[in-house]
Amino acid sequence: MAITITIPTALRQYAGNNATVALEADTVGALLHGLIEQYPTLGKHIFDSGKLRSFVNVYVGDEDIRYLQGEATPLKDGETVSIIPAIAGGR
Amino acid sequence: MAPPDLSNEEIRRYSRHLIMPEVGMGGQRRLKQGSVLLIGTGGLGSPLALYLAAAGVGHIGLVDFDVVDESNLQRQIVHGTSTVGLAKTESARRRLHDLNPLVEVTTYETPITSANALDLMRPYDIIIDGTDNFPTRYLTNDAAVMLGKPNVYGSIFRFEGQVTVFSPKDGGPCYRCLYPEPPPPGLVPSCAEGGVLGVLPGVIGTLQATEAIKLLTGIGEPLIGRLLLYDALEMRFRELKLRRNVNCPVCGDHPTVTELIDYEQFCGIVPEVQTLSSQYEITPVELAALLETPERPFLLDVRNSYEVEIASIEGTDLLIPVDQLAEQINKLDSSVEIVVYCRSGARSGQAVEMLKAAGFRKVKNMVGGVLRWSDEVDPTMAKY
Ligand SMILES: [Zn+2]
Repeated sequence: MAITITIPTALRQYAGNNATVALEADTVGALLHGLIEQYPTLGKHIFDSGKLRSFVNVYVGDEDIRYLQGEATPLKDGETVSIIPAIAGGR
Repeated sequence: MAPPDLSNEEIRRYSRHLIMPEVGMGGQRRLKQGSVLLIGTGGLGSPLALYLAAAGVGHIGLVDFDVVDESNLQRQIVHGTSTVGLAKTESARRRLHDLNPLVEVTTYETPITSANALDLMRPYDIIIDGTDNFPTRYLTNDAAVMLGKPNVYGSIFRFEGQVTVFSPKDGGPCYRCLYPEPPPPGLVPSCAEGGVLGVLPGVIGTLQATEAIKLLTGIGEPLIGRLLLYDALEMRFRELKLRRNVNCPVCGDHPTVTELIDYEQFCGIVPEVQTLSSQYEITPVELAALLETPERPFLLDVRNSYEVEIASIEGTDLLIPVDQLAEQINKLDSSVEIVVYCRSGARSGQAVEMLKAAGFRKVKNMVGGVLRWSDEVDPTMAKY
């Protein structure tokens, strides 16, 4: 089941400069672990001792996984998962 | 209170609004009655200030303590080459006055802090977050939630932007519902390191201005509970759902944060602490604590008298400008503890060396001077 992950600008440098990465996975957790297996330096920017960092949000479609089933949220073929970190720029 | 009437001059100026039924006389009068506080007069603040003034928002407040630099002009379009070196608030005020002299502009040349945020925001209907750092974003959020005011949020990074309206009083989420905790320093690059496409804050700031105008006039569907994402390279907009977190520490059903906190500390920004303060040095924080005790030291200011008018530490015992110290050294008692201060800690350092050479042993330099005192002890103290 191919899932598209969108990588935010701030993290692309740790993901081979890709804006999107396609991977096979049936849950959000499996997908994110597959992603950091492929790009290990991305790991510490998304996870902190095995938990999703609190300034990194993950969405399936337009819904925050905190309001779905978290990392256990099941994925369907063709879905898009977005990683949205906090950004603070304004000047 | 009924919105104020429009003058004939205002009717001429705003005619393109007035002939649209969605805005019309009623909407324009509500804009005139409305007030907006802009936190930051930089990349996002520039288009915001310009469009809000042009639209006829009656009262615009500008908070910034920065000075216009040439490198700002790549994106900060409210400023100009002729105002390089001027305070951003003043630079923007001049431009806005030229654009629309009928709106009132109030400038606050100060950083927004936990000590002044509520007072700064209280007179305004809408708060707009156009800052560039996490501590100020959490501060702005918390203060706006506490005052029950909508916070029109925008942020940018390189080619990417985020926009939403945080308004818990309308059932929407706040910034902490979206991001409960800030990233530790160093993990997320800032604009200064990462750069920013100059036109990007133009797009995001203009979207924020649109939302502010909609809120003031009461038209359209506000961007509450939705996070709008913009990617300039892909030229793509996307929208994500945001929900209020009932357990949010600020806007939740049982808030645990009910007054403003130390946001630098919350964001993991630890002020450089002198771990091994030498025998002849004392930090502002240490001195402030000592001044509260019965063993308070004798406090000597070695600046010039005109500097005292700008900023002075309460409880200062004596002023001797450093170049007169040698002649007036007999005014000092070497048996008591003396703390010497100046603006930055340089002149007071010299003074301490002189006093040591003259046999004083219980003398200390307050490192960092009033500048550091302002940073770490009393943010209301003016820096100069
Ligand atoms: Zn909240």
